[in-house]
Amino acid sequence: MSKKGFSIASLSHKYIMAAAGAFLMLFLVMHLATNLLLLAGDGGGTFAESVDFLLTSRLIKIMEYVLFGAFILHILLGVVIEIHNRRSRPVGYHVKPKSGTSAFSKFMFHSGIIIFIFLLLHLYHFFLVKLGFFPVYGDATEVHDFFPMVVYVFQSPWMVAIYIVSFIVLGFHLKHAFQSAFQSFGLNHDKYMPAIKTVGTIYAIAITIGFSVIPLYFYFIY
Amino acid sequence: MNFKLKIWRQKNAATKGKFEDYTLNDVSPEMSFLQMLDYFNDKLITEGGQPVHFEHDCREGICGSCGLYINGRPHGPLRNTTTCELHMREFEDGSTIVIEPWRSRAFPIIKDLVVDRSSFEEVMLAGGFVNINTGGALDANTTPINKKISDRAFDAAVCIGCGACVAACKNSSAALFVSAKVSQFAMLPQGKTEAAERVEKMVAKMDDMGFGFCSNTYACEFDCPKGISVEFIAQMNREFFSAKVCSHKK
Repeated sequence: MSKKGFSIASLSHKYIMAAAGAFLMLFLVMHLATNLLLLAGDGGGTFAESVDFLLTSRLIKIMEYVLFGAFILHILLGVVIEIHNRRSRPVGYHVKPKSGTSAFSKFMFHSGIIIFIFLLLHLYHFFLVKLGFFPVYGDATEVHDFFPMVVYVFQSPWMVAIYIVSFIVLGFHLKHAFQSAFQSFGLNHDKYMPAIKTVGTIYAIAITIGFSVIPLYFYFIY
Repeated sequence: MNFKLKIWRQKNAATKGKFEDYTLNDVSPEMSFLQMLDYFNDKLITEGGQPVHFEHDCREGICGSCGLYINGRPHGPLRNTTTCELHMREFEDGSTIVIEPWRSRAFPIIKDLVVDRSSFEEVMLAGGFVNINTGGALDANTTPINKKISDRAFDAAVCIGCGACVAACKNSSAALFVSAKVSQFAMLPQGKTEAAERVEKMVAKMDDMGFGFCSNTYACEFDCPKGISVEFIAQMNREFFSAKVCSHKK
């Protein structure tokens, strides 16, 4: 038995996975904060201003590369770890394991795949249009006229449904991810772990509801 | 009590195993799980069959030898209980009991339900000890240790190395075992001196033996017969991180 191509330690995988994940969790907060401006009710004026600000900020430009790096690291490591873990038990059990764990933690890889597919769709809707790979649509005239594109995308009940289901899956992923990141960094202590778990649950619910409000608003109210 | 038994039979590491179905009648509810298997083996031998091989030694929950995957859980349905301390009264009369060996790439099957746990031994040999110059016995209390710390080190030291954590983990990760061993030494003054070197060596050996990566599902804590907490995994992660960042090359 040998490492078979794993030159960095198992624990180092965990730190990198957790660090990338923690950065992505912070990004989600920023992303949600900006997106909620879509609901300002001024035809996307405030939202467009914030987009302009983000587009001109050099710091944001750098963070965009960091963000892509974090996504790629997190996804690739997730796949590498999953393959390694499956190989660690070549013969499975006859009886389905009944050990007490939360479903959130058991299906991180599966929820991750769903989020990845959603990410591709989401990039196709907005980011790749901004980069000029796809033509602008809806009432948009420029590549970063996101507000009319949002209005257009969420006219379709299918898109609304796909986005909301993805946000729920994302919430499940985050519910485990939040406290798991602390555990991986070695921050698990009876003093503060209960608080971390509570904050993690609130965070996961807030992200799911916060993002879900946007498609619902554009489909039913706008 | 009467039971239907579904037991994994495998001649040796090289051959393919399969499940065999048996019926066993007149089992006393007071029998321990291993006594039930002894009783069953006696019957098999009388009938001219091969007895089912399983590992056991102390039969009082402290040696870590016995370890069977019973009805989907290592050491059976009770928490904080080893297979030898499990009694037949915990099972429903007339039910089917499925008995499997630990499943992990790092625990190859030797025969039937016996697996080779040398990989744990290898991890211990890599750093699970304290180097001390022997001599005359020291006076008690020459090295003061905070009661809370010594209690906590003891909580880690109660690990019997049975391998239930690996068997329970969906990734067959040995993180709980290794972290208990790393932590029990790291917390005490005698073990602190070599703490950084120890965690690096033990984690490297753990990876080398083919265990999976911990993904914080905490199945290990749930099924550990000694109730070892996953807080020790966090402690190992801290120890490893500080060792990687702070320790010297030479």
